[in-house]
Amino acid sequence: MAAGAIVPPPAPETVVRPPRERISSWPLLDRLAYALCWATGIALCLIAIGIVLYMFIKGLSYFSFNLFVESPAATLHQSQSGGFKDALIGTLIVTAIGTLIAAPVGVGIAVWLTEYGRPASLARVVESAMETMAGAPSIVLALFGLLIFSRGFLSFLSQGAPQGALGESFLVAGVVMTAIALPLVVGSTREGLLQLPSRVREASFALGKTKATTISKVLLPSVRPSIASGVVLGMGRIIGDTAIITILLGGTLRNEAVGKVPILGTLRGLGSTLTYYVYYNSPAGEGNAHEKAYVAAFVLLMIVLVLNAIVTRLTNGRRPAGERGRAYQMLRFWQPSSTEPL
Amino acid sequence: MFPGADKRSGWRSGAREDQRVERALGALAVAVLAVIGLMIVTVLIKAWPSFAYNGIKWFGPGGDVEEQLRAMRSGTPIPGHGILYFRAWPLIWGTLVTTVAAVVIALVVSTLAAVFLSEFAPAPARRVLDPVIRLLAAVPSVIYGLIGILAIAPWINEHLISNARKQSVIYVVQLNGADLMTATVILTVMILPIMVAIAANTLDSVPVSWSEGSAALGVNRWRTIWRVSLRMAMPAIAAATVLATARALGEAVMLAMVSGGHAFAANPLDGLTFLFEPVQPLAATIFRESGGNTVGPLAHTMYAIAAVLLVSATLLSLAGWAARQPLKRYGVR
Repeated sequence: MAAGAIVPPPAPETVVRPPRERISSWPLLDRLAYALCWATGIALCLIAIGIVLYMFIKGLSYFSFNLFVESPAATLHQSQSGGFKDALIGTLIVTAIGTLIAAPVGVGIAVWLTEYGRPASLARVVESAMETMAGAPSIVLALFGLLIFSRGFLSFLSQGAPQGALGESFLVAGVVMTAIALPLVVGSTREGLLQLPSRVREASFALGKTKATTISKVLLPSVRPSIASGVVLGMGRIIGDTAIITILLGGTLRNEAVGKVPILGTLRGLGSTLTYYVYYNSPAGEGNAHEKAYVAAFVLLMIVLVLNAIVTRLTNGRRPAGERGRAYQMLRFWQPSSTEPL
Repeated sequence: MFPGADKRSGWRSGAREDQRVERALGALAVAVLAVIGLMIVTVLIKAWPSFAYNGIKWFGPGGDVEEQLRAMRSGTPIPGHGILYFRAWPLIWGTLVTTVAAVVIALVVSTLAAVFLSEFAPAPARRVLDPVIRLLAAVPSVIYGLIGILAIAPWINEHLISNARKQSVIYVVQLNGADLMTATVILTVMILPIMVAIAANTLDSVPVSWSEGSAALGVNRWRTIWRVSLRMAMPAIAAATVLATARALGEAVMLAMVSGGHAFAANPLDGLTFLFEPVQPLAATIFRESGGNTVGPLAHTMYAIAAVLLVSATLLSLAGWAARQPLKRYGVR
């Protein structure tokens, strides 16, 4: 045979599969690190299980249906200090106000950032402003809110005070809560929009649709799960916040309406939420009735668990197929003898 | 020709509508920008009297913080000083110790956990762990505080602090289990989930071909993770660390509940007792004094603390944002 003749490649059936890599073949240090990885993963699970179980056991052992329907009262006799009906209503009101403002504003900003974003420098600044908002401690946001809303001309949001306005009410707390939910809504919506392939937009433009129509009729409907999960995450954050409530809701046990107008009066009045109720009844607060704190915290945790389940449901549906999990890809790659792809 | 095609009215009005939408959304973004700017400016203005009176010494040590706050509340200045006299060092020290300790522990644990999640965890474990981490991130801080003050602090008080240890510092401070250690442990658990989530997300997006290349060179799987995946994920881990630091800095409620409620600069020279001494971080101080009103020296001092927190948190957020920029090269957001 002449030199330089092309040697045909070996037939594909004869591919030799490398032996599966064994952990036991690794150096000691690597094996140690591997064990540590497993240990931390399991520890995380144990911590979560521990927290949930502890709250379940403590919450259920002091559980009583009356706590949900009685208003709290400031007395040291635990049999008469009532339940957390007002706090539950307060949580609902604050969450509703915060979410109702944060959702449209957040979606609007996310759309502007991804679809328009002109001039680019302004988009950059807005982006970093969102980071600032996300990183700002909620207690600082609360102090800022107090400063702004105690101006006299904003007294219609709370109630009058010797100098200007009181600056504390459900409305004020709800509006300030917007600031902690907004970054989550913007982030999640933006993520969804960026993941949409550009052909979706191009197809719509090719049909002669304007950008505005494309956004409202094509883009936003297809990122609905992202928007929803951002909003739900934001709700969770609002429900769990204590610092803003303590400073901007007056910390009264019962919801106290201002004036005679039924709904507006409550919104302008003071009150409390579940988080504040937990704090008030913890040894650090004035009430110091830890049975009630446990039950309220249990209810709070249940709400968070439900919201969490919703988010999980929403995000699982939208994860693209190719991103099903690198863990699986690695499995296929490191263990070539393993079975069919999932 | 279609009737009316020459007018091109549809095209025109569409373009105009487009412009309107762009302007409206842009205005929204600018409004939020303005609110954030306003926040930084107003908080700084309100804080100014405190900084102006104390100067750079505001950050330094000097006297008992509790006494200074009490003087502001009652309106009678400490003899020899003005009403605004304030030395924040014990609070700053408390913040630094809790934050740094929690972040360092969380950095190690979260990196290991993220590697586990994205490389070793079998698919079912991953399906469980993802929601678990989201849950840990979503538990309200007041619940962490409640668990800390009702379960962990009494346990530490009973089992870890001996009577001899309590007696040794009884004239300076009372040890009751609500202390530096409790605060740090719970803070670590609180900031872990964000760090794990960000790091695992980035490890997930390391191109498989990179790991394959490494494997083809005969490198074992752990070394591949260490040398290739983690190195690429470094900017994300740095960003996560910075974000977690900002979170730890701003945590008020939980720390106010479990850190002892006494503005005391825990002394590392006390040996092991150091871990059991109370601290009071900056944010927790604002939370404790929140009953105060918006006028007067106490308010100026609280806004001064808020300004310090806000400026540090802003710098950290921007640093985190900057740290994530190199990842854009790889198409990771």
